[in-house]
Amino acid sequence: MKPVRFPVQFRSGQPVDTISLVSGKIRQPLTVEGVSKRFADEAVLHDVDLVVSEGSSVTLLGPSGCGKTTLLRVIAGLERPDNGAVSLGDRVLTGSGRFVSPERRRIGMVFQDWALFPHLNVYENVAYGLARNGGQVDRPVEEALEMVGLSGFGKRMPSTLSGGEQQRVAIARAIAPRPDAILLDEPFSNLDAALRATIRSETRALLRELEMTTIFVTHDQGEAFVLGDEVAVMKEGVIHQQATPDILYSSPSDPWVAAFVGEANLLDGEAAGEVATTILGQIPLANPAHGPHQILLRPEQISLRPGDAGQVKDVEFYGHDCSYVVDVSGTPITVRSLAAPVFTSGDQVSLEYSGAAAVAYPAS
Amino acid sequence: MTGSRRPLWSTITLAAVLAVLAPIALVGLGAISPSGDAWGQLWAGPLPGMLWSTLSLLVLVGGGALMVGTSLAWLVTAYDFPGRRVFTWALMLPLAMPAYVLGFVFLAVFDFAGPVQTALRSVFGFDVWFPDVSSIGGAALVMTFTLYPYVYILARSAFREQTPATYESARMLGDSRFVALRRVVLPMARPTLAAGVALVIMETLTDFATVQYFNVQTVSVGVYQVWRGMFDRETAVELAALVLLIAILVLGLERLFRGSAKFFQRGAPREIERVTLRGRRSALAIGACGGVLAFAIVLPIAQLLVWMFTSTGTVGDIGRAFEYLSNSLGLAVAAAVGAVVVAVLVAAGSRFSGSGLVRKAAHLVTAGYAVPGPVVAIGVLVIVSWLSGAMGRNPTGLVLLSLTGLVYAYVVRFMALAYGAVDASLEKITPATVDAAHTLGATPSRVMRQIHFPMAGAGAAAGAVLVTIDVLKELPIVLLIRPFGFTTASIWVWELASESRWSSAAVPALLIVVAAMIPIVIYLRRERRDSVILSDPPLVGAGARR
Repeated sequence: MKPVRFPVQFRSGQPVDTISLVSGKIRQPLTVEGVSKRFADEAVLHDVDLVVSEGSSVTLLGPSGCGKTTLLRVIAGLERPDNGAVSLGDRVLTGSGRFVSPERRRIGMVFQDWALFPHLNVYENVAYGLARNGGQVDRPVEEALEMVGLSGFGKRMPSTLSGGEQQRVAIARAIAPRPDAILLDEPFSNLDAALRATIRSETRALLRELEMTTIFVTHDQGEAFVLGDEVAVMKEGVIHQQATPDILYSSPSDPWVAAFVGEANLLDGEAAGEVATTILGQIPLANPAHGPHQILLRPEQISLRPGDAGQVKDVEFYGHDCSYVVDVSGTPITVRSLAAPVFTSGDQVSLEYSGAAAVAYPAS
Repeated sequence: MTGSRRPLWSTITLAAVLAVLAPIALVGLGAISPSGDAWGQLWAGPLPGMLWSTLSLLVLVGGGALMVGTSLAWLVTAYDFPGRRVFTWALMLPLAMPAYVLGFVFLAVFDFAGPVQTALRSVFGFDVWFPDVSSIGGAALVMTFTLYPYVYILARSAFREQTPATYESARMLGDSRFVALRRVVLPMARPTLAAGVALVIMETLTDFATVQYFNVQTVSVGVYQVWRGMFDRETAVELAALVLLIAILVLGLERLFRGSAKFFQRGAPREIERVTLRGRRSALAIGACGGVLAFAIVLPIAQLLVWMFTSTGTVGDIGRAFEYLSNSLGLAVAAAVGAVVVAVLVAAGSRFSGSGLVRKAAHLVTAGYAVPGPVVAIGVLVIVSWLSGAMGRNPTGLVLLSLTGLVYAYVVRFMALAYGAVDASLEKITPATVDAAHTLGATPSRVMRQIHFPMAGAGAAAGAVLVTIDVLKELPIVLLIRPFGFTTASIWVWELASESRWSSAAVPALLIVVAAMIPIVIYLRRERRDSVILSDPPLVGAGARR
């Protein structure tokens, strides 16, 4: 595998260059309000609201076909929504009768397949969005290439580059014109796993350093948590919850989000004020409730010791941790432990909840 | 490929390839060893004028087809307007209209004695100005509108194959639709567009029938006149060599324009988001597509139909029509069978040969498709005249020899159609299948009979249909090689049209147009099916509604 060069360069700072690229531009918040879009008979986006505050990043997370790419294209101006508004700062891009064409939005975009211009070399690709300004081209192109660690690659044709290099050209091309915001549609999905993690964290670092208002789209929960200051979880054209990763994980707005952003045990329980009674005993609740509820217990919030409450059905050891499935009077419960397995299938165990106050959802 | 080498099959394949290339090689030799006498006379005489006409015509038709084909392709790809989906396929139909048919209808309608100028004179008086339609401009116009579909089809497929993300990237980086077209879409389509224009120019170079309506003297016309009018074999070969040289130059230029670029793109093709045109702009788009179709196919067919129903044809005409049509069909079927048999022999034989070199050499059988018709015809005529000299003066033998030569010329010219189809079918036979048959004791000829012939069947049928139809509407080769007194439907149309007997020419002309529609309809049906799979949203939508 080729050595990945660009982390070294931009991690080391190059503060002067970075400032010249950022300078003179106040980052703009991006707002999406009540956007709906139908294709033929199918509603792809349903009354979607989304806010990305200036200079921060939001990840759109959802299963494939949930409408996240369509939402991104609506923001870019590549699709017209049926209803709703998109604005950047105080500039209305879509809505109330206005539609700013994509070339006038000052929004950069990195496509899933990168979409480099195959007939232009790296320099010309990065310079593409700059030529019209009539001003300097050389300096911003070199700066952008330097920031992604591709100085000296200007004369190469895209087809001679590795996947990781093409991906970085795509990012350089998008940031070179100093857009007000940048959208990235599954930008790392075409990279192999070893390269993906590195380029992902470097890209995040670069965009943070530039204080770009950023939206990532991904279907990978781990990637979403790494990339976004906030994560917006989307399903069937609806944003279920937008929050920081830790809030999303600890207080998901509904059972589906809870299960989508991580492994979840949803136990039936009877809530009575600050506690609920479940097959694991009394669980403290974050918000007082009454009546039948589903209580969210993450696997790492439960610990095991020898006992007689249930029987271990399955053990999987991952190296850094291990996971058990325990049968408690017919209900399978997943438990995660940061140690090598101490129980094997068939062992009798007791379970203990050690987490903070849990989230409860009214039983449907 | 099987490991064993089989020299017998190598020999058979190479012999077939050589036989197909022989006529072209003979003309090529004429270029290498020019005869001083013939060239001196030609240069002093008509040749400079002929060269000038040829080059002007090639530039006009090539440029015209490039502009018309590319703009129409972009119009139906990037914009939406009422009727767009119908126009998308209908714009390919002018391919079915031979230039020698559109040419005479155009002249009949727009020439001095035609209805348009007559009407203008009756309104504006006798000295009303009208461009001279019987000119190189008129010829270029007619050929542009019969040949632009080559560029249109290729440009459209190039636009569709480009991933929309590339185009959208350009938009996101600040390009308007038009600027993105100029900076990204067209440069990326350049190799394909160059191929389309090269096809158009080859067809223009082949023609010497249509241009004669318009009194345009190209080098190809020279070949015909020198051979048929003066029986000057040497000069005809030299002129044909010149045509071959121009063809090679054009192909060289095409390579140059294509460059080294084979633009590689990631991602699945999906059509770009269309902009819906409204009001005046929508009317303009409809007008552009409708106008091209009206000029190239609708009005000419309507005019032919009017002539058909008002013509005072005699019983003799009908009898002759029957005779000429059966001549055409007989010739076309013979050529199709010949082409398919040679194609299967070469395609399968080269696989049996076990030699990579033979396999590559086999693809040379398609060369005739890139060589203008008159070149092939003159090469065949040279062979025919050698053989007739050896045979003595037996009239029946001469006729048979000429007819055989005619079929031979068609096999050479249209081999690519049959070979392409057959070769594609045979690609589906894996080497392991053949190896299995051999280990079960089958000889190569038995494997060919029992595996390759049945597998090649579908491809062979498609190839045969394509060859049949191309021969039916072909004119230059049959005009040059035909034995005295042998007339086909296409020759008949041309002769009647040359004598301004428009209405008599209507029926055979219509038959030829209808026959030429068949492969286009087949192509369209296939494209329609594929485009559903390729997730063309409008078509999928239409399918869902049905």
